[in-house]
Amino acid sequence: MTEGHLQTYVPLLIHMLVAMGLAGALLLASRWVGPRRPSRAKLQAYECGIPPLGDAREPFAVKFYLVAIAFILFDAETMFLFPWAYAFRDLGWFGFGAIGIFILFLAAGDIYLWKKGVFDWNR
Amino acid sequence: MVSPSYYLTLSAILFGLGVIGFLFKRNIITLFMSIELMLNAVNLAFVTFSRQWGELSGQVYVFFVIIVAAAEAAVGLAIILLLARNRQTLNVERINLLKL
Amino acid sequence: MLPAATDYYRLLPEILAAVFGTIVMLLEPFLRREHKAALSWLGMLGAAAALGAAVLVRSDAGPAFFHLIQADPFTFFLRLLIYATALLVMLAARAYLDRENLPHGEFYALVLLGSVGMGVMAAAAELVTVFIGLEISSLSTYILASYRREALRANESALKYFLLGSFATAFFLFGVALVYGATGTARLEQVAEGVASVLLLKLGLALVFIGLAFKVASAPFHVWTPDVYEGAPAPVTALLSTAPKAAAFAVLLRIAGTVLPATLLWFWVLWGSAALTMFVGNLAALVQSNVKRMLAYSSIAHAGYILVALAAGTEAAYAAALYYLAAYALMKLGAFTLVAHLAGRGERRLTLEDYAGLARREPVVAATLSLYLLSLLGLPLTAGFLGKFYVFVAGLRAELLGLVVLAAVNTLLGAYYYLRVILYMYFREPDPTYEHAAREPVPAGTGLVLAATAAGTLLLGIFPGHLMRIAELAAASFR
Repeated sequence: MTEGHLQTYVPLLIHMLVAMGLAGALLLASRWVGPRRPSRAKLQAYECGIPPLGDAREPFAVKFYLVAIAFILFDAETMFLFPWAYAFRDLGWFGFGAIGIFILFLAAGDIYLWKKGVFDWNR
Repeated sequence: MVSPSYYLTLSAILFGLGVIGFLFKRNIITLFMSIELMLNAVNLAFVTFSRQWGELSGQVYVFFVIIVAAAEAAVGLAIILLLARNRQTLNVERINLLKL
Repeated sequence: MLPAATDYYRLLPEILAAVFGTIVMLLEPFLRREHKAALSWLGMLGAAAALGAAVLVRSDAGPAFFHLIQADPFTFFLRLLIYATALLVMLAARAYLDRENLPHGEFYALVLLGSVGMGVMAAAAELVTVFIGLEISSLSTYILASYRREALRANESALKYFLLGSFATAFFLFGVALVYGATGTARLEQVAEGVASVLLLKLGLALVFIGLAFKVASAPFHVWTPDVYEGAPAPVTALLSTAPKAAAFAVLLRIAGTVLPATLLWFWVLWGSAALTMFVGNLAALVQSNVKRMLAYSSIAHAGYILVALAAGTEAAYAAALYYLAAYALMKLGAFTLVAHLAGRGERRLTLEDYAGLARREPVVAATLSLYLLSLLGLPLTAGFLGKFYVFVAGLRAELLGLVVLAAVNTLLGAYYYLRVILYMYFREPDPTYEHAAREPVPAGTGLVLAATAAGTLLLGIFPGHLMRIAELAAASFR
């Protein structure tokens, strides 16, 4: 590795410095220039316009976790679709059949979850 | 181009951090994240070696490692969830994991 | 370059088990509660189909899927072992699941899908394929270990199993990456050729060994074993202590048999690990009063005896290791199935005290358990004796006198705790103040499993020839 190769990253470094500098400068500017009149309503946590209720660390219902866990799986499995899509023409019908079987197995898992009521929010 | 040995060193450091995290942390989620770190260190090594040998299979391996890591995460989180529910607490630190 | 029909044919047992496992899983939510137990038939049919396919494929040995898979006599032997174990576990589990009021469908699905992973491990000729098989089998067994969802101890041991298991898998995988880096391939046949960095290869093979040593529960990577075997439902323990262990040994054997650098590098590691594993397992088993936990430590000790064969490293030693694995699977399956039955609802009766005077109350059950224990101890005319005999002879032929002497010493240590259980059953008067459970009759499925494993233990002990020939053929696959 030589000095010359590292120079490729110099623009990136400049970009980062500018971005950080700009963000910092804006924050500082608003602190110096803007008036500060705190009131009770302003100090509340921002909750999309709704008055915040209770503690933010309130435990979620278990069904949320179940959906999250299922999401991780299906989300990651989608990754196999990309190489297939990329080589779609070369793989032809064989690739189509293979990915079909793959999706069939995913669908089996999905149907299982569905029938088990994981997606049933009113349970 | 940056020499592959840098990536390999980074990969080894990440893997080592994962091992250290697993051995010295007490929070179960942290242990879990340490394992994920180790798997991702492996991914970096696979990609680097693949580049070094000019052979694509190393990059395909990464796909499988990512999928397996996701499946492992799903099973692991389910077990942690089960335990948290039975303990009536989400503070998983109290589980006496290292009793032998 | 696309796979041909022969590729699928050579992987047929695993494909069938995967399809059946998925169907069982898919049917489960559609059936009414009272019909769910019937899924055990479908599960067993799946295992039987995989067994049949293994026999069918036997005549057509060769590589498949671009040398990722190798269907040879070695694969055949392990497929027989794995799917037969899965079949027996499912047969015995039905009554257990009914008694403990646990869900049926998922259990059979997980056993089948787990055995797919083990089958892939046994057939894999490439390290990343091994990894995928390892993970399929591990993920299924993690869930099975936590199958008693409301039992806190079981949850904790499952979590421990999961964390330490994933930790070990990460080591295995890093080892695979280093081997790939050193040689540019993960295919076992090619690993020994064109090594770019010997240091990297050695480091990689060492990490691979650590990962597998965890799976076979050999010291010093055994710490999870007693807790998990004790916490898991007994039929799951029966599975855990047999099929996944056999699959992990299969990978060790295949690597040791095909990759010459591994054979050389691993010799002293195997030697030390074998000695340590035998002593740790047997010494800890001596002081256990819980029979299930005692059997867990005895599993560790038995992994040590098999490691002796691996250290010997000859073809005869590999055949002996395979024979030992089969014999060991028979006795452990039987013993844990019987323990599951005797433990009663909630698995509460597991201590030695619960076995006091068992011979008077249930002579047949006590005799069967004695048979397993004597075989585990290695008494002549049982499968366990011949397993040890073959391993010891192979060890002596390979001039491992020291290790064989240590193994013999360990057999004597083992005698103490196996015989103690038998003494309790036959000669110990039960404490009159102690309230024994009303004995339940042995359920049909459990009875069948017990009959099959007991008959197998005796038959293999008296007529070892046929199985030994298959094992020798299997060991010759690496030539």
